[in-house]
Amino acid sequence: MDASNLEKALLHLDLPQVDWIGLREVREKTTHRMIRDGKPYLNETTLSHGVMVEVLVNGQFGYAATSRLDSEGVRNAAQQARDQALITSKLGVYPFTPQHRPPTKKQYETRTERALNAKTAGELNSTLIQICEKLKRSPKIVRTIALAHVVETEVNWVSSNGSRASQKFSFLTTDFEATAQDGGVVQKRTDGGFRGRSFQGGWEYFETPDLWQRVERVADEALELVAAEECPTETTSLILMPDQMMLQIHESIGHPLEIDRILGDERNYAGWSFVKPQDFGRLQYGSPLMNVSFDPTVAHEFASYAFDDNGVEARKEFLIKDGLLVRGLGGIESQARSSLPGVANARACSWNRPPIDRMANLNLEPGTSSLAEMIASVERGVVMQTNRSWSIDDFRNKFQFGCEYAKLIENGKIVKTVRNPNYRGVTVPFWNSLKKVGDRSTFGIFGTPNCGKGEPNQMIHVGHASPACLFETVEVFGGSV
Amino acid sequence: MSQIRSACLDPDYFGKLSQYAFGLLQPKEFLFLTLAAEESQFVRLNQAKVRQIGIVQDAILELSLIYQSAPGRLHKNSYSLTLSGLGAEDQARIKDALRSLQSEVQALPCDPYAELPRSAESSHTENQGELLDHSDVLSELLAPLENTDLAGLYSSGPVVRAMAHSEGQKHWFYTENFSLDYSLYTQTQRALKGTYAGSKWNREAYGAEVRKSKEQLTLLNTQTIRVPKGAHRVYLAPAATYDLVTMLNWGALSEASIRQGDSPLRKLQTGEKKFSSLFSLEENFQKGGSPRFNSEGELAPERLTLIDQGQLRNSLVSSRTALEYHVKSNQACSSETLRAPVVAAGILQESEILKKLDKGLYLSNLHYLNWSDQPGGRITGMTRYACFWVENGKLVAPMESLRFDDTVFNLFGESLLGLTQSQTWIPEVGSYEMRDLGGMWCPGMLMDRMTFTL
Repeated sequence: MDASNLEKALLHLDLPQVDWIGLREVREKTTHRMIRDGKPYLNETTLSHGVMVEVLVNGQFGYAATSRLDSEGVRNAAQQARDQALITSKLGVYPFTPQHRPPTKKQYETRTERALNAKTAGELNSTLIQICEKLKRSPKIVRTIALAHVVETEVNWVSSNGSRASQKFSFLTTDFEATAQDGGVVQKRTDGGFRGRSFQGGWEYFETPDLWQRVERVADEALELVAAEECPTETTSLILMPDQMMLQIHESIGHPLEIDRILGDERNYAGWSFVKPQDFGRLQYGSPLMNVSFDPTVAHEFASYAFDDNGVEARKEFLIKDGLLVRGLGGIESQARSSLPGVANARACSWNRPPIDRMANLNLEPGTSSLAEMIASVERGVVMQTNRSWSIDDFRNKFQFGCEYAKLIENGKIVKTVRNPNYRGVTVPFWNSLKKVGDRSTFGIFGTPNCGKGEPNQMIHVGHASPACLFETVEVFGGSV
Repeated sequence: MSQIRSACLDPDYFGKLSQYAFGLLQPKEFLFLTLAAEESQFVRLNQAKVRQIGIVQDAILELSLIYQSAPGRLHKNSYSLTLSGLGAEDQARIKDALRSLQSEVQALPCDPYAELPRSAESSHTENQGELLDHSDVLSELLAPLENTDLAGLYSSGPVVRAMAHSEGQKHWFYTENFSLDYSLYTQTQRALKGTYAGSKWNREAYGAEVRKSKEQLTLLNTQTIRVPKGAHRVYLAPAATYDLVTMLNWGALSEASIRQGDSPLRKLQTGEKKFSSLFSLEENFQKGGSPRFNSEGELAPERLTLIDQGQLRNSLVSSRTALEYHVKSNQACSSETLRAPVVAAGILQESEILKKLDKGLYLSNLHYLNWSDQPGGRITGMTRYACFWVENGKLVAPMESLRFDDTVFNLFGESLLGLTQSQTWIPEVGSYEMRDLGGMWCPGMLMDRMTFTL
């Protein structure tokens, strides 16, 4: 099916007494290739293709998702969606109208320099094997992994009130890792943590000029970590590099600001939020250096798009301005239910799940400090890089995060590497302890394909960009003794 | 109301597609097929009202092609596709997928741990349920929920897992089930967690479940207290035990993880650390609701002891790991994770729990667990839902959430004082991509000390 066939399918639907119908077709091809210790571990492609029909009757949406794409299949799904909406009359959380599905005719396509289909399976396996071989720089390297995860997604969207829109995405996630062991000490170093190197684009984001330097660095740092001391246990200054900042932003800003969480939709699964509706415009979320934007317009960031899955056109908005909370992460339905300002973020992970409030690109804007200035300003502290462990409570207050790699700072200078670095804190006091925000030279763009939320569960792409940041009086600690 | 059954839930349809796919194979080629299909009704609730409602019809067929370039030299390539339930359309999709696999597989490096299909026992399981009709679901679900604040998800419908390979083996597992996984809230934002699940909807049993939860909710209506961080004596209710044991699924019991250095149980295997002799864990497919076969068609033993009185007797070994490390497979799934776990019961009587706890924390559930030091076996996570401070063997008040950070060697080891006499079935209710099957049998656990840090 393509956009014109989808439009025909919509025209052929003859459903009486419905207020609105929308069809969202998703065709997504995902290819995972992974090499472990120089040998193929995974060569796997998935082609997922289906249509979600949404129908609005008497103020309630019902949905039906089907992989049967002939006219009878779509008609049956539409009938099922209508039946679901009908039984929900007077039982829903809010009376919706067709205005909650605004018409759009937007088009979007990821720009790529080297298309994702330009590399054969054999060529990619060879490159990944070569990475594993280069990672094996010592007998102490006991495991090497290299992987690439390619997703090509086409979304077509038509509706009874005039939407005729489509988006084509090219997503690329790559990673490699070396595990080093010396006696009883085991340490792992990766190229980005939990799939941190995730972009929209082509192979130009994998085979970068610094690829082989990064491979060497990852192996060297794994070896460095097995010989390092434990991270000290103390309350001290903490510099987080952008590849850990992305996770800090995700867990302690992104999720608590999702308006559907604030409204309680997520209370049975991921949890609620410490943020209340009355906090918008009032809560000093962080220090005045803190400016956080929702920005689905950043080229090549992982969750850029032109419109969300309710048809709302996407644009940049500030959520936190000079530390003050001003806007939430809520799509058009959540905005109507809460009367709060939101963004275009109603997104579904595929054709078989309904849209809910999600992060897209959630970014901390750069400040004015260089990394050298930040380090020089610290009498004693720790610099942490690359997430390896994450946990936060169901109201998004008490968090604990662990990183792969850290350096100890004494008297404004980096003095040594420390292993098993962890830190913990409480969201609002932590962000109010933000003392310096790195400039654009420290800025990095990251993302993850694995943000989980929703009932039924949905795993979705999100992007995060951040400079390095300095926080004061943070509890840091090391691993088990 | 229209409920049209997809052909993908029919074993004959799977059989016909399998034969079609096998007929397309070239010499030196072998094929594994696995099918995951479901037809689900989902009702998402907030404030005991409908937030979202819908139906999902989905079926994913995976083709894993093995190409034997020379004796002992195998190349493996896999392709999963969505089935439509329309014969000609699905055959065309299979043909395209197989062509794609065939065009790539010879260029892929040899996979020394791939396996050819082997003829073995086939199986066929069908569990018919008595599920609510799509049109009746809201009246049944919402009737006892008047004046309650409930959030949750109702999921219902048939689920299929199946496999077949080109050497003739096939397995079919069909089950019809439902679950209402819910959180019931007080006006002061305290909550308890509940799950009503099964294969036969029973209005009276559901009503009784809701009534019991409402009664328990009254315990949460008192002022919460802030418990200081530090070490506390703790009782973990079965759902909290489940949360903790689930962490052993995350690269702990896997033989590959142990061999590759990142399993937290490595020190248990080497004898450097110990679990309590009170703790035993097994895979028991006689008590679970999940299929025994894996994607290679191997049937796991009906029972497999993993941890016996604190000793690691068996890890989970897939055929791939067995080939790589020259050990014996126990027919684990490729991820080497638990599929039918049962934690052995103890002798602690339910009526004695508070008395034996005396002073400490009664924890109904844990939340967002993660390894804070995976090789060191240390876990962090939060308390959640109905958790109480206990003194003199009595519930004093609900407590504010606390973060714990402690090792498995303490929690399942030196601090473990006892397990309850009875076990509770905790069904898997996850639905990433598709609805999960199975669950875990868990007792409650009494512990002398658990370390809380925030």
